Amino acid sequence: MLLIPCPWCGPRDECEFRYGGQSHIAHPAAPASLTDAEWADYLFFRDNPEGLFTERWFHAAGCRRWCDVVRHTADYRVLTSAPCQGGPSGGGEW
Amino acid sequence: MVTGRRISGEPDTSVLFDGRELPAVRGEPLSAALLAAGVRTAAAGVRTGRPRGVVGIGTAEPGAQVRVEAPEFRALAPATGVEVRDGLIAASTAGLGALPVTYRPPQRGPSGPQSSSPITHDLQQEPTGPEVFPPVSHRDPQQEPAGPRPSSPAGRDPQRGSSGPSAFPVVAHRDLQQESPGGQASPSAGRTPPRGDARWAHCEVLVVGAGPAGLAAAAAAAQRGVRVILADEAPRPGGDALGLDPATDRWIAGTTARLADAPEVRLLTRTTVIGHYDHGELVALERRPDGTHLLWRIRARRTVLASGSVERPFAFAGNDLPGVMLAGAAAAYPRRHGVLPGERITVSGCHDEALLAAAALHDAGADIAAVADARPEPGADALAGLARRGIEVRTATAAAGTVPDGRGELAAALLAPVAADGTVTGPAERIGCDLLAVSGGHDPAAALAVQAGGRLRWSEGHAAFLPEGLPATTTCAGALTGVRSVRAAAEQGDRAGRAAAAAALAEGAAPAAMSARGAPPAPETGAASDTGTAPGAGSGSADLPPAGRSGGAEARTAPPMALFTVVRPGGDAAEVFIDLQRDAALDGVRDAVAAGMRSIEHVKRYTTAGTGPDQGRTSATVLTGALAGLLGRGMDEVGGTAPRPPCTPVPFSALAGRARGELLEPLRRTPMNAWHEEHGAVFEDVGQWRRARYYPRDGEDMRAAVLRECAAAREAVGMLDASTLGAITVAGRDAGAFLDRIYTGTLSTLRPGRCRYGVMCTADGMVLDDGVVARISEEEYLVSTTTGNAERVLEWLEEWAQTEWPHLCVHLFNATDHWAVASLVGPASRDVMRELAPDMDVSAEGFRFMSVREGTVAGIPARVLRVSFTGELTYEVNVPAWHGLALWEAAVEAGRRYGVTPYGTEAMHVLRAEKGFIVVGHETDGSVTPLDLGMDWAVAKRKEFVGKRSLTRPDTARPDREQLVGLLPEDPGALLAEGAQLVAEAPGPAGGGRSGPGAGRRGPGERIAAPIGRVTSAYDSAALGRTFALGLLRSGRERHGERLYAVHMGEAVPVRVADPVFYDREGSRRDG
Repeated sequence: MLLIPCPWCGPRDECEFRYGGQSHIAHPAAPASLTDAEWADYLFFRDNPEGLFTERWFHAAGCRRWCDVVRHTADYRVLTSAPCQGGPSGGGEW
Repeated sequence: MVTGRRISGEPDTSVLFDGRELPAVRGEPLSAALLAAGVRTAAAGVRTGRPRGVVGIGTAEPGAQVRVEAPEFRALAPATGVEVRDGLIAASTAGLGALPVTYRPPQRGPSGPQSSSPITHDLQQEPTGPEVFPPVSHRDPQQEPAGPRPSSPAGRDPQRGSSGPSAFPVVAHRDLQQESPGGQASPSAGRTPPRGDARWAHCEVLVVGAGPAGLAAAAAAAQRGVRVILADEAPRPGGDALGLDPATDRWIAGTTARLADAPEVRLLTRTTVIGHYDHGELVALERRPDGTHLLWRIRARRTVLASGSVERPFAFAGNDLPGVMLAGAAAAYPRRHGVLPGERITVSGCHDEALLAAAALHDAGADIAAVADARPEPGADALAGLARRGIEVRTATAAAGTVPDGRGELAAALLAPVAADGTVTGPAERIGCDLLAVSGGHDPAAALAVQAGGRLRWSEGHAAFLPEGLPATTTCAGALTGVRSVRAAAEQGDRAGRAAAAAALAEGAAPAAMSARGAPPAPETGAASDTGTAPGAGSGSADLPPAGRSGGAEARTAPPMALFTVVRPGGDAAEVFIDLQRDAALDGVRDAVAAGMRSIEHVKRYTTAGTGPDQGRTSATVLTGALAGLLGRGMDEVGGTAPRPPCTPVPFSALAGRARGELLEPLRRTPMNAWHEEHGAVFEDVGQWRRARYYPRDGEDMRAAVLRECAAAREAVGMLDASTLGAITVAGRDAGAFLDRIYTGTLSTLRPGRCRYGVMCTADGMVLDDGVVARISEEEYLVSTTTGNAERVLEWLEEWAQTEWPHLCVHLFNATDHWAVASLVGPASRDVMRELAPDMDVSAEGFRFMSVREGTVAGIPARVLRVSFTGELTYEVNVPAWHGLALWEAAVEAGRRYGVTPYGTEAMHVLRAEKGFIVVGHETDGSVTPLDLGMDWAVAKRKEFVGKRSLTRPDTARPDREQLVGLLPEDPGALLAEGAQLVAEAPGPAGGGRSGPGAGRRGPGERIAAPIGRVTSAYDSAALGRTFALGLLRSGRERHGERLYAVHMGEAVPVRVADPVFYDREGSRRDG
């Protein structure tokens, strides 16, 4: 089980978290203007590197905050953890 | 033949083994009691049924797997790992769990080089081809061929071996009824499994193994003041050094005592570390003396692996007979347990320690029949030690076969000259003996090292795979690294323990205990300076030098030889057992190679070698060696199989711990639960919630009760405990804007005091949840969710609020548990409400549909919603959870004269389905869009929401998607099965076509058309006077009126497709 450093609670067992996939996949500002392929890319396609990967974890059984964790996908080393850098992605249509 | 006896110690109890009472000493392993009593056969081969006896000592035991009946049941345990206690009852595992196949064991007789039996391994005689693997389901026992079974392409079915007449009784198919007391069909039926529990622990240094290296490592780390956990499989520390000599024993006892007194040291005996997981997590199984289990999850900053080594045998014909033991184990029984395992002993090895074992057995009182060493030049000191005892050593010689007696137990050993690769080069010599002690070397117990990230590399000098390349957080010490002397192991452990403690301290903040004690981390000094704690050099008998590379400068030792199989070239290999636990023999390995397999992983799966209870702990290296020999490859080239966790079998009861029965999962009960129980409700679990399903009155079955409950709700007044509906408060300046982005509909335009039905989708456009949203005030909404879905929806809202729109001012709160909800449903519900809430205007004009009021109901502050999930006039009364039962009882009382009838989830489902209302999880499954459900009216056209773009994807916009429909069986009494497939044509005679699940119920040759939909809900309706169903059907909205078939378990029921709203299509009943 991974030991995930929550920026608010410190290192905690993986079972307290929910995985959220790749970080920094912002919702497109104007989905209606996207082609089907572009929208499918947002919906379904994610990086799958062997190496460092920035991914989101949700501390569900703790502070209930999302964080961005940089983890090595081959040896599971965790390099950094920070509060989710969400941002207003919505343009005029939201 | 009398064999084995107790040479010291007095039995203080007795054990029952296979119904025989054996004297025993408390605390010794069962194997010692068996050997002392001369019980040679303790188990039977799982496939061959050949008798098997005790082979080893400690927890690595290839042969004697037994079943423990009492005091605590264990289905399978090594006799060497079962501690003798009062009342111990055990039995051999012969035949238990075997598949009912008829097996004829190979012909018995002298085997090995002198055997005159013909070679049965002959590829040419075996049929080949794909037909030799008949599918299991088609096998007809009546048609089992009488002769030898057809075999695999490789020449022989590895599951069966060869055939021939039996010379000893086959015990593989004992009747289970006779086997188990009480005549239970299953050997474990009716037994209470041992209790288990879980514990979590943190430490700076975890030391695995309490032999000399582990003890020294724990002591060194403890000196630095860090938290130390020391875990060892055995009942007491010492490892293989236990009983070696008085000085070592004194050191072990002294070190153990100091560790036991150290405040930050936890010493776990009878504890096997079963796996090394991520980020320093190790899991350990503690078998406690009272029969309970503790599963430890340990987080360690640093781990010192001092897991020692496992003695390995080498393989030769008949090497599985009871009476063939490991030499080191044979020598350890007298000194550790006062039991001499044989009277006349032949020893065969390929390293100096086997010679030391021969000397030790001689000194313990055994008659040494012969000693063989496969090396041309054994160590001079070991030879001299035996010479002093008048024992001659046959060099370049090894055990090449055995001769069984009438019981299939060892009567004689066959020693033959061997070449450096183990090939027999000359005629064998027959040596009568009751014990053949063999040793092929020592395998470091490196499973955890590999799991930690290390690799194994073959060391010619050690004739062993040694771990290397471990991450910085894990170090190895002692026999695990190939060190064979107690002194050197202890020194290595001492250094490893110091370094681990220093590194753990340097890495993180010092633990509180540390600073309190004022022991600052000191720089690493390198070599161990504190040699005073290490035991004196020397092992074995006083006049024999210690074995291993680090003996004194004057020690004259010779390196071990890599010896895996001793066979005549091309000789029969069916009885050359590689893995006794799986009855996997060398012939299977040869077959695998002949079939073209090269990878050890393939050969493992073909032969099943290494898949037994110890997962290859005692056989893996021999398998690699045998395969390397056959392929002409190096040991590293062949490698080993991945030693995945758990390292030893773990009982499910230990994994489950307390999470059994009622504690398996949290159970959530509503505040009104006591009333439901009192009134005979039948319950169902919905998610974690326990909900009343229906309330049967005298003699009613579910169908009758539900019809009555539904009729009451439609004609008078029914009452539902709706407390389980999720309730999420969404508050804040931007709550409306936030919900607009989440829901398919618009909620910012909702006026305070009003409600609106809403659907939310995932980003791919599929329905996630639905429910009523009430606007309580300008900045506060109450979102209701499907029962059991509140947590999921809350997470969904939090995710978007935090990661996508952190600039929106939104606060989210799960209020589900804070409210108790009673739904009053039916034309008479207004009358009941008038009595319950005299101060509230509950008239159709004063309290309009889809509005929310706060007021007092039954004297309780309440929030009342006029929403409807049934089509009937409904008041949903929400009160603080504490008052839930009071509200319910008051409503029952007030409604008595209106015929108020509590109804459960089953009636609720019927009532909603009659109106065509969906239930998330019934009509949706993550692949259904709002448009598929015909909810275009709930989907806003002019604003953006999560998932909107997906509704115009080519796949979600195609016209032939599955759409919500109603289904009316042509027989109004036929209740469809939920999940039944919808097909357009009645199943008929085949013209090929596909056959679905359940096809077996129909006659052969029938076929079913491809399904075009499925039944999602099916009920019997009081209001309709017939059965009906909802379903999802391809292009369903265009198919109203069509005749289809609902197929389930071989039955096809004709149905008509209909509009999904069956009842009150005009919506005339909602206002009463």
